[in-house]
Amino acid sequence: MDLNTVAEVISPAEVGQWRPGDAWLGGGTFLFGEPRPHLTRLLDLTAAGWPALTVRDDGLEIAATCTIAELAGSGYEIARQCCDAFLASFKVWNVATVGGNLCAALPAGPMIALGAALGGTCLLIGPDGERRVPVAEFVTGDGTTVLGEGELLRSVHLPAGALRARTALRQSSLHPYGRSAALVIGRLDDDGFTLTVTASTRTPYVLRFSVLPSSEMVQVALAERIPDEAYVDDVHGSPAWRRHMTRLSAERIRRELSA
Amino acid sequence: MRVNGAAFDEPPRAGQCLRTYLRELGFFGVKKGCDTGDCGACTVHVDGVPVHSCVYPAFRARDREITTVEGLAGPDGLHPAQQAFLDAQGFQCGFCTAGLIMTTAALTKEQRADLPRSFKGNLCRCTGYRSIADALDGVVNTVTEPSRAVGADLGAPAGPQVVTGTARYTFDVDVPGVLHMKVLRSPFAHARITTIRTEAALSVPGVAAVFTHADVPDKLFSTAMHELVDEDPADTKVLDDVVRYHGQRVAAVVATSETAAEEGCRALAVEYEELPAVFDAADALRVDAPLVHADKSSNVVASLKASIGDVAGGFDSADEVYEETFRTARVQHASLETHGAVGWIDEDERLVVRSSTQTPFLVRRELADLYDLPMDKVRVIAGRVGGGFGGKQEMLVEDLVALAVLRLRRPVRLEYTRAEQFTSATTRHPFTVTMKAGARSDGVLTAMQLRVVSDTGAYGNHGPSVMYHGCHESLAVYRCPNKRTEGYSVYTNTVPAGAFRGYGLGQVIFAVESVLDELARRLGIDPVDLRERNIVRAGEELVAPGDHATDLTIASYGLDQCLDQIRKFDDFSGGEGGGLAAGGGREVKGEREAGNGREAEGGRAAGNGREADGERAAGNGREADGERAAGNGPADEMGVAAPEGWLVGEGMAVSMIAAGPPGGHFADASATLLADGRFEVAVGTAEFGNGSTTVHTQIAADALHTTVDRIVLRQSDTDLVRHDTGAFGSTGVVVAGKAVLHAATNLRAAIVELAGGRVIDEQALKEIAARADGPVRADGHWGGSPRSVAFNCHRFRVAVDPQTGELRILRSLHSADAGTVMNPLQCRGQIEGGVAQALGATLAEHVDIDAEGRVTTTGFRQYHLPTFADVPRTEVRFAAVDDPIGPLGAKSMSESPFNPVAPALANALRDATGVRFTELPLTRDRIWKGLRAGAAQSATAAPAAIAQPASDPPATDPPATDPPATDRPGPEASS
Repeated sequence: MDLNTVAEVISPAEVGQWRPGDAWLGGGTFLFGEPRPHLTRLLDLTAAGWPALTVRDDGLEIAATCTIAELAGSGYEIARQCCDAFLASFKVWNVATVGGNLCAALPAGPMIALGAALGGTCLLIGPDGERRVPVAEFVTGDGTTVLGEGELLRSVHLPAGALRARTALRQSSLHPYGRSAALVIGRLDDDGFTLTVTASTRTPYVLRFSVLPSSEMVQVALAERIPDEAYVDDVHGSPAWRRHMTRLSAERIRRELSA
Repeated sequence: MRVNGAAFDEPPRAGQCLRTYLRELGFFGVKKGCDTGDCGACTVHVDGVPVHSCVYPAFRARDREITTVEGLAGPDGLHPAQQAFLDAQGFQCGFCTAGLIMTTAALTKEQRADLPRSFKGNLCRCTGYRSIADALDGVVNTVTEPSRAVGADLGAPAGPQVVTGTARYTFDVDVPGVLHMKVLRSPFAHARITTIRTEAALSVPGVAAVFTHADVPDKLFSTAMHELVDEDPADTKVLDDVVRYHGQRVAAVVATSETAAEEGCRALAVEYEELPAVFDAADALRVDAPLVHADKSSNVVASLKASIGDVAGGFDSADEVYEETFRTARVQHASLETHGAVGWIDEDERLVVRSSTQTPFLVRRELADLYDLPMDKVRVIAGRVGGGFGGKQEMLVEDLVALAVLRLRRPVRLEYTRAEQFTSATTRHPFTVTMKAGARSDGVLTAMQLRVVSDTGAYGNHGPSVMYHGCHESLAVYRCPNKRTEGYSVYTNTVPAGAFRGYGLGQVIFAVESVLDELARRLGIDPVDLRERNIVRAGEELVAPGDHATDLTIASYGLDQCLDQIRKFDDFSGGEGGGLAAGGGREVKGEREAGNGREAEGGRAAGNGREADGERAAGNGREADGERAAGNGPADEMGVAAPEGWLVGEGMAVSMIAAGPPGGHFADASATLLADGRFEVAVGTAEFGNGSTTVHTQIAADALHTTVDRIVLRQSDTDLVRHDTGAFGSTGVVVAGKAVLHAATNLRAAIVELAGGRVIDEQALKEIAARADGPVRADGHWGGSPRSVAFNCHRFRVAVDPQTGELRILRSLHSADAGTVMNPLQCRGQIEGGVAQALGATLAEHVDIDAEGRVTTTGFRQYHLPTFADVPRTEVRFAAVDDPIGPLGAKSMSESPFNPVAPALANALRDATGVRFTELPLTRDRIWKGLRAGAAQSATAAPAAIAQPASDPPATDPPATDPPATDRPGPEASS
């Protein structure tokens, strides 16, 4: 939709240009999808020319401006599965960015799930310099992140080991191809078994086990680590059902990875 | 920027989206549907890549090549995707079609093989997607040059315009100098406006005027449009000093741009005195409830208390009595074109309003009345209307637009946002229905009793009529001698409810048909047999408690045939012997298999929206059959194909509907011989995807002994004919069509006389036109009375995953008595669309209101419309019936397919799970919760009805081992 209060676009924009009333602009599918009467200026990052995907020895560097379509075509199966978990259509994939999904910080954001499940790290750049934050800690609540004023998300790094790991994913939704009500990812590698719960909770929960645990141990850990009040209560699924689907998904993932 | 090959240097505004930029250049094929990237109606290609232009920053397209639907066709004619949608008639209102075509044109082979996924960003509210699937499969559904137009599968006359993006909807016209209106809406559910300070708003550059309650006529009216004005309480003002729901109009700002109008709204300083509010209809009925309208003595808008026969005696003589309370949700029409109108003063000093309306003539009458204008000083026009479903039988924008145009003497437009559709338009009435029925052991009903509470929201538009109508045909379809009805239509401080497909029947029929299903099970009788023993028969009177119009009769009867078809559920031959079968022969299947491959290959498990067609499901037995049981959409399951352990059940329901509303529904039509030998037919009624235009040309063509291509149809303009009540109440064919038939027949008679015995060919027609003193013209009229009834039955087979609550439809069959089917292709489309819309209300849709009365579901991400993946294929079978009232034997078939769907589905779910679900919609989380609660009780008793179990299941359940005990107690439905 038209953002009628926006009077200016800075393109390409750089760190240091941000002032109150500004928003960093990725693809625009999130910013242009809701009224934003507080905005007066857009700081366009997509014109910065950041390479979308950079494969390095230590893993994969995904620019914040990498589109969902580019990531989906990257050849990593778990990345493709997370892209498929988007409610948005393939036409939105052509425009929407990985960074945009992270910064929107919705419980159902599948790029958050991907980064958290693979132990990824966010590179943030602000007026005071750079810092790195685990993806699992980047989102602090429904729609909120650790980003400070004027700070931007530059990229996400996924470690090579996690990218090589065996993974299993389960998505639950009220509707076929619908919005995620629970998005659970398991990862089995040299570090053991890592279970990442997203979408059913406001922020990601990452549960680590040194070896593939028993069914009971997974269920106990989920019950112990994720309090009932952490489950999202909204139109996309009741908290009790989300909790149930989370636990069911976890067990199914465990079984798949133990096969 | 280059658009369709031409360069444009107009710089986009900083915050402008590409969709608005393109529309401002005149590319009206790019539609504004949701404005949030969800519906796909705005799809264009940017450098060959498909995007949703409503969420694409316009500035970014500066150096790019844009293709819109207008630029898709090549020098050799239509693009293959356009031709495919035309051949398959893959549209109804057509508002979503340009986006679907632009998406189709961009699909890769792989994406074509997985349409449920590929079309998740394209919403169609009309078709139910079958005809769209046909377009993708290259199916040609239309015929050309039939020997007789009526009864042939002719395409819609507007088809070529729809597929090229040149059909003109409400705002697809350039109105030079138009001003933009924005409305400030109430932040409280109930409040008195104490002050509105407008100075700051008026000083915003570009703001031309601000309108508040001080500027409006001191008149009460109803936004509901009915022929009889008294049908609805006059309780609404253009702008009021009391607001009665969150989202109600407070003030309107008119400015030279939307930007300025929005800024003007933000600059208004309003002070409110909050008043006590009530949000629930049951609460509003209490004697101490806050009054929604302080000048009224209670919150009851209308009530009905009546009985026939000896109801108490009837229950006493029953062998089985069952009673349960059922609830339905607020549902939004979600027509892809929002409400909106643009108005101006024409050269004759008339007020002209071009509106997205189903009732141009009634809007004209209301505007003339409100603003003390003679009727001939007001003209109301509807362009092609982008979906209605009853929502546009309402005056929600025209009064404000007229006010501003009359004051400013300048053109003004007001277009609802998608969010305003949810917060400030109307919804389906939420009903609470307590239904009790008793029957003898042989299944014969001894008594039926209804208690109905309908929530009409803050205003009474349609409130009384919806309640009365809901309580009529739902009971009258049964010949039970003892019936009692108690009904209330109740004000609450919530968004008003209004007319919506079925007009109350769907809500009440959900209760009636659920209760009869339960009675059948308890008596050990096949539910189809129980219906058969009790349905009203040809020649019998239609009886329901209360005063009802006496002009309604069973003028023709096909309910027996409909039941026969439903009985032949597993007969996939297309219902031979039962009249005309639609949808049997043309489906192309082979390619569909490709979409299912992923079930075996891991990844997110597939499921394919179209597997549930009859032929495919033929291999299914009653027991869940792993590979074949896939219904619609993906499981949450990975790699495991088998709904082994899923519960399978069947359910059915019947419904009856009056072919037209009571109290008069009038249509005038005229037919004129043109100089070139063609014919112009003028009707008042509007086209919003209902297809009445197609049928009108068919009727006229046969009556005038010509072909449809020689009929020029003009419509929905108050200048064209004397009067037309409007396109609502299932009247497009049976009332307006009858007026067209009369006009065309009269013109033919006049021409025969003028021909004086010579052969009437094209040359003769031209000469007759040339020789005549004035226009060779004839009029036709129909007053909408007497009225007949139409019938519908639906049957489902479903599978339910007890571990997740997921429900899949394995088979869906609909039988209908539409009288003579004027256009089987279109009529089938109406039924499929009605079924799909009803499935939305049954399985997904609900407008939510929070503790302050605020609507929280304000877009298509929160409010889930059925997608391609959600809707199974429904087989449609028609009864062979000829109605003596309707034109050429036709009856209504537009609202009614909606009505039996919810109970048929809930009955199937009951059959599968042993649990009676009583509250819509049946989302996965609610089904799962119901199964848990049902399992907890099944050890002790017969299955309980599940609405909202009081508490969540205990959190400590070990979910990995949780299939609940859902043995199916009670008698099985026959299979």
